[in-house]
Amino acid sequence: MSTLTALARAQAVARRIAQPVATVRHVHVSDRPLVLIPLALAGEANAPLAAMVGDEPGSPRLVVVHQPRNRDQRFAFAAALAGIVVGYVEAFRSAVETIPSGQGREPRVRCADAPQVLVPNPAGIGFVRLLGRSTRFRRSYGEYAVDPAVPVLGRWLTFLAERAEYPGSCLLLAATDALALHWASGQSPVEDLNLAALLGWIDPPAGMTGPEAAAAAEDPVLWPPAGPVTDPTFDNEVLAPLIEACARAGDGTGARRRAESALEAAVSAQLTPTWGLMWRGVGLLRALPPGGRVAARWDGDKDAFTRHAEHLRAGGPPQPRRDSAVAAARRLDWMERALASYAVQRALDDPLVLAEYRMTGEAFVGIVTAAEPGPDRRLGQAAQAAPADHRHHGGPSAGRGRRPAAVPGPARAERAGRLRVAIGPAGAGRTGRAAAGRPGRRGGPGAVRRDGPGAHADPGQRSGGGRPGLLHDAVRLLPAVRDVPAARGDAVDARRPAARVRARRRGR
Amino acid sequence: MTARDVPPVHAEAQPPTIPARQLPATAGDLAEQAVADVLAALDGLPGSGGPDDLTGLTGGRHRGVVVDSPPGAGKSALVVRVTAELAAAGEPVMVVAQTNAQVDDLVDRLALATPGPAIGRLSAENYMPTPRVARHATVSIAQRADDLTGCRVMAGTAAKWATVTNGLWPWAVIDEAYQMRSDTLLRIAGRFERALFVGDPGQLDPFSTITTERWLGLTWDPMESAVAALLRNNPGIPVHGLPVSWRLPATAVPVMAEAFYPFTGFRSGTGPGGRRLEFTTRGLGAFAADEPIETAAAAGWALYELPARHTVRTDAEAVMACAALAERILQRGAVSYSERAPAGELVTADRIAIGTAHRDQAQAIRSRLGLLSVAGVTVDTANRLQGREVDIMIVLHPLSGRVDASAFHLEAGRLCVLTSRHRHACIVVARAGIPQLFDAHPHTEPVHLNVPAKFPDGWEANQALMAHLASLRVRSL
Repeated sequence: MSTLTALARAQAVARRIAQPVATVRHVHVSDRPLVLIPLALAGEANAPLAAMVGDEPGSPRLVVVHQPRNRDQRFAFAAALAGIVVGYVEAFRSAVETIPSGQGREPRVRCADAPQVLVPNPAGIGFVRLLGRSTRFRRSYGEYAVDPAVPVLGRWLTFLAERAEYPGSCLLLAATDALALHWASGQSPVEDLNLAALLGWIDPPAGMTGPEAAAAAEDPVLWPPAGPVTDPTFDNEVLAPLIEACARAGDGTGARRRAESALEAAVSAQLTPTWGLMWRGVGLLRALPPGGRVAARWDGDKDAFTRHAEHLRAGGPPQPRRDSAVAAARRLDWMERALASYAVQRALDDPLVLAEYRMTGEAFVGIVTAAEPGPDRRLGQAAQAAPADHRHHGGPSAGRGRRPAAVPGPARAERAGRLRVAIGPAGAGRTGRAAAGRPGRRGGPGAVRRDGPGAHADPGQRSGGGRPGLLHDAVRLLPAVRDVPAARGDAVDARRPAARVRARRRGR
Repeated sequence: MTARDVPPVHAEAQPPTIPARQLPATAGDLAEQAVADVLAALDGLPGSGGPDDLTGLTGGRHRGVVVDSPPGAGKSALVVRVTAELAAAGEPVMVVAQTNAQVDDLVDRLALATPGPAIGRLSAENYMPTPRVARHATVSIAQRADDLTGCRVMAGTAAKWATVTNGLWPWAVIDEAYQMRSDTLLRIAGRFERALFVGDPGQLDPFSTITTERWLGLTWDPMESAVAALLRNNPGIPVHGLPVSWRLPATAVPVMAEAFYPFTGFRSGTGPGGRRLEFTTRGLGAFAADEPIETAAAAGWALYELPARHTVRTDAEAVMACAALAERILQRGAVSYSERAPAGELVTADRIAIGTAHRDQAQAIRSRLGLLSVAGVTVDTANRLQGREVDIMIVLHPLSGRVDASAFHLEAGRLCVLTSRHRHACIVVARAGIPQLFDAHPHTEPVHLNVPAKFPDGWEANQALMAHLASLRVRSL
């Protein structure tokens, strides 16, 4: 946990409401996401009990297994789920868009949009992964044949679960992860895995504070667990007798139908509160303005979706049980690159994320006092990629490998004796080498800490609503974007504004 | 020509080109013995029938030798000697290290050790030759292996070698192999027939920014170190050990061997009293830093304990304490007496290092040293201090001021790197209460099927070191 996150959590406790840790939305939220809330039977590895699923808040669909220990019923459940999920996913294959490629190459065609599946928590992603594994190798012929839709479901679920490991991908999201990326609650990260408690902190009902709402959310009668595990008391006192009643009643009898509908009603009552929470979470995320690079990441998701759809259409084999040595090395390489670029993109999209890197000294704010064209190609790309607002920000160092829009951090700059800063649109495509006065002192982490949140925290200030929060104050107090004038021509002389900042500090 | 034509090691005169600093006079015979053992083992390796993409990982034939080396056991000297011997026998050798600094060091020493054969330095496009590489006329620098065909020895980082897509070298010498990830080995395994892997098993494992359990239990888990994957796939590969640490003083070896090398152990190249640290001035005035540095000078270790407190990572008091210790050592004029300098040698700022767990801590200490106008002291994280050697090491304990003991902060390799850089003394700076922190955070990592247990265990290693330091504790004023 970074210092800023720790501060935000402490402030959340003090103000009794979650604090924003992001100014923009870092995840893509589809216009029509598919919410999937799975429940599993206790004591059996990933035995599905029920799922509430749908892409309309008003019309959830419920699929229930009346005897979860019965394997035939389990695959009948998978077939029923496939009817909804595969139908939803494959609907995105029809609309396509054409992407212009580089010089001399054919334009590319890809799906115009991609599916987005939302589950309540990371355990839900685990359920999707395991259900995919148990269904994707099944056959629709021969012994133990299953419905032809079942292996197709398994392959799509596996695709989604594998894609969920990929940093920055939004095809399969856990609601608690997505919310915790944007708000810091006053509880521990483990408690944040409870969707009801987390939403209680973020958006408490009228008349309640965050901790009160979170405490109320711990009552499994009011707020049943968001799955896949169920409440043990519900298991013992409600579920077990109902499953027993279903098993006792003979096939096709009225008693059987009554027992089944009683079971469905009980399971539905367990799932309905979470269903409401999921759509509330979607609403909260939609209300945030999207970050500048979210759409580009979603394009990557669309590419991945198109590739897998093509693979299925061409009759390719299902995903292997485990990666070969070469596949594992390749996948790790992809994931590391994706994580590095995701971290940089988030920091450049969001000053609050950038502030974390500045506190640890990985990013810096430099003032461009002189610029000369440099031969460094990578920095040239950085200057083009960086938006005007962030032109003087060094990105967080993103590890080895390719670093989109990253500028060397302060440590390296100090060693070289000068800052190299990408400058703005006036010199777009050019790089600057700025002779910076003692970068480690004024612009470095020391200065950030001195001006940092702790020194100016005033709990009384801005408590109304709690929303903008002291983190914003902290960011405002950092030597900020507005302290630096816009680039005029190639070179920027910002010594006067810097002197003004110093004078203001002395005057305080 | 094959390895069998390599002239016997002892037939050659002692190579005068290796600086005495690397192979101390007293160490000569033992180091020669190690080189001879390794060459004999390499000599026994079967030849290869041709390129095999997975040689290193899945090949059934044992075409490699692993040499485990404790800190400061002459690992680099071994690499240089073996490479020189193989090249002298007329066979091309690829030398693989993990960072550009390591490659430059090796190239420099190889150029000194083997006048004659040309050395090729494979590098990236934006590589600027360091002075220690550029000064040798026998070293040529290129970005592509094809441009270095005349060079019998070709050196580069593992990442650079991974971009070389053709060619087959009869020999590969892989330095710091425990710092290399197995996916990198997979990428370069097709380039060589037989290989020597040299590394320190006690140091930090390679890391990935990705956390996933996806590959746990696979013998080709790409997150594992190259040597671990190699040995799991080829259990018959011979493993040699270097038995003597020339760097660590006699005071450090029993502690380090017990905590971090519980099964192999090693001994010190110098006996008790072989190294001394004295101060040219007496400590005047009540400086808090005097007592720990005197304790460390006398006992080789000291624990400078600050009052118990939960702090943020960049704990201001601990940062000031680390900087003050370095400043005071320089003020007092420490003089080190060793086999290299029997008459004594002033401990200058470049012979002191401060090690931390996190980069922001290192940055804070650097800023503090800047305020104190102390220049030249190395301050860095454990990962970057790997391979460094100094006279006096100051360590900000990874667990100092922490509320919890996470796996990162308990990692045995991190503490091992930090406490095995010194030739004379090591001072650990920590908040009180670390042993209690161990008790409050017992090992809770899940055990996975088919994943071999790791030794040494970080929790135990930390306990062993803190138990030793307990008797050498100095409380801050």
